[in-house]
Amino acid sequence: MIVNLAFYFFSFILLASAVMVVTSRNPVHAVLFLILAFVNAAVLFLLAGAEFLAFILAIVYVGAVAVLFLFVVMMLDVDFAALKEGFQRYAPVGALVALVLFGELFLVVSGWSTLAGAPAARLYPTPDNLTNTAALGNLIYTSYLPLFQLSGMVLLVAMIGAIVLTHRDRKRSLHQKLSAQHARTPEQTLRLVRPELGAGVSVPASEKEAT
Amino acid sequence: MTSLLPILPALLLGLGAMALLIVGVLAKPEPAGFTTWGAIVLLVAAALVSCAAPDTLLFHGLLKTSLFTRFADALVYTAAVAALLLALDYNRKEGIARFEYPILVLLGVLGMVVMISAADLMTLYIGFELQSLALYIAAALARDSVRSTEAGLKYFVLGALASGLLVYGISLVYGFTGTTSFAALAGLLGANIGYGAVIGLVFVIVGLAFKISAAPFHMWTPDVYEGAPTSVTALFGTAPKAAAMALFLSVMTGPFGHLLAQWQMIIEILAIISMALGALAAIGQTNIKRLMAYSSIGHMGYALMGLAAGTEAGIQATLIYVAIYVVMSFGAFACIIAMRRRGQAVEKISDLAGLAAQRPGFAFAMALFMWAMAGIPPLSGFFGKLYVFSAALNAGLVTLVIIGIITSVISAFYYLRVIKVMYFDAGAPDFDAVPASVNFVMAVGAAVTALFILLPAPLITAASAAAKALMG
Repeated sequence: MIVNLAFYFFSFILLASAVMVVTSRNPVHAVLFLILAFVNAAVLFLLAGAEFLAFILAIVYVGAVAVLFLFVVMMLDVDFAALKEGFQRYAPVGALVALVLFGELFLVVSGWSTLAGAPAARLYPTPDNLTNTAALGNLIYTSYLPLFQLSGMVLLVAMIGAIVLTHRDRKRSLHQKLSAQHARTPEQTLRLVRPELGAGVSVPASEKEAT
Repeated sequence: MTSLLPILPALLLGLGAMALLIVGVLAKPEPAGFTTWGAIVLLVAAALVSCAAPDTLLFHGLLKTSLFTRFADALVYTAAVAALLLALDYNRKEGIARFEYPILVLLGVLGMVVMISAADLMTLYIGFELQSLALYIAAALARDSVRSTEAGLKYFVLGALASGLLVYGISLVYGFTGTTSFAALAGLLGANIGYGAVIGLVFVIVGLAFKISAAPFHMWTPDVYEGAPTSVTALFGTAPKAAAMALFLSVMTGPFGHLLAQWQMIIEILAIISMALGALAAIGQTNIKRLMAYSSIGHMGYALMGLAAGTEAGIQATLIYVAIYVVMSFGAFACIIAMRRRGQAVEKISDLAGLAAQRPGFAFAMALFMWAMAGIPPLSGFFGKLYVFSAALNAGLVTLVIIGIITSVISAFYYLRVIKVMYFDAGAPDFDAVPASVNFVMAVGAAVTALFILLPAPLITAASAAAKALMG
């Protein structure tokens, strides 16, 4: 009873905040509602007994992704009014597509059946005497080790990509090169001349460029 | 050591890429040439090792190696080496010689190899993501060019959508059967299946069709081909296509092998739309890279014809088609990369006018690739088409074959137009001297395309053995 009530309560907040994410005028409010939606989804996972997913959702999505969004929204000068310009015009088409998709999904879910052999085919059923964090850990670091390592490679590619696409080796300031300064000798930079009276000195073209 | 042998190619690629990354970061100035050659050496080494690997199932059935995976791996390695050779000089001249590019190619190839060897839906997805992510970045490599960044962004957004559909389909299949392993799925998915699994199957097909750019999931192809630097387009047109097609074959015949009745029609429709679009939309193109994009959509349609047959001969035909297509394609891209006038890359078809008078060898190579793509005998492209048509005919897909023949006649028009422009139009292209690496790729591609008729046996028997290994 309590669990059911809690489920409906948190799902209601989740859906309401999801609607607010799309409709709120102020983008900062939208991101804050997004965080609320994430937290509620985490609570729903917790109610379903998937505590690991709940904590990952809170840590990764609320802690990192949503805060990143907030930074982007606040730091970049994006004209959100312009982005939402076509909303009225595209809303009917969008609603139609959403309705069709919903109908299809409803068809799938209402006619849903699992295969007779499905429970037996399950490779790794949830063990009884372990928390699901421990059970996941046992799987990820043994049977699914190559997948775990490959996910690491995906992150490496993402990191290289971020650097390739944004890093620039700009020369912004004039650095002092001490070794070069110390290695200078007077002969390289200084030429003593004795100009004749009234004739001046003729400076070679190469030295003119240097000055 | 023997137990490590099957994943040694993947280890070489992954660890090698990280070693090159360290060298690239520490060495000054940017060692783009060094990392490119290092990547080529690693790819060749991985190819040699993968030939020696035994047939096994690895890591509790997550990965498998067989004659089929070795065949597809060899195609991917060849295509990647060709693409890196083409990039060597082009990237420097375009000012995008970043040392990261060959490393991204290596990691992309790692993803492709994982994808090809996947024996589990999860492995499939991770390999798919690894290679896609590397390619998105490669598309935007020329970040100061608006077209290149647009290509990267477009490819990324649409690719993310496609991989979302793929993973959604996988989740439906998993929900229906309770397993993601190919072998277990093949045993479970019989004739009597519910909505869920069929819709899951359709979503998986959509994700894969996006990757091989089969119409109607081709929207990204022309823009990305045109916008990305030509050296990157040369990669897009070859290695990922071969890998995704191999994955398509292994997924459709493996876990969903018993659902032939459900997917055969979908594949036929994909093949028909791709062939028709490839033939008709390319006619109006003036940019040679866009032309190649539509041409590749059409070619994927022909290759899918073999899969639509659903027989061992069909699989063999598709493998032969893809192998021949990869060679023609990197040859044609070598010619496109060689189109530079006074240090500027040009990519209009009209820029080729009068090429035959000035550079007969170059023009002849380009003409060879165009003839082969049009499927004119005795060049290699003809045999690819012959095999897929006969496989489809033997499977009773007469309509498909008739449409295929009509579209290949239509597409001959625009391939032959390129030849007409080179040989009969007046003009003086005045192209710059072609660097040795590009010449090498062009010559190898032309030789294989032209002389395939003399020695077809190795490819035919290898493809036949690979198809047999896949259908088991």
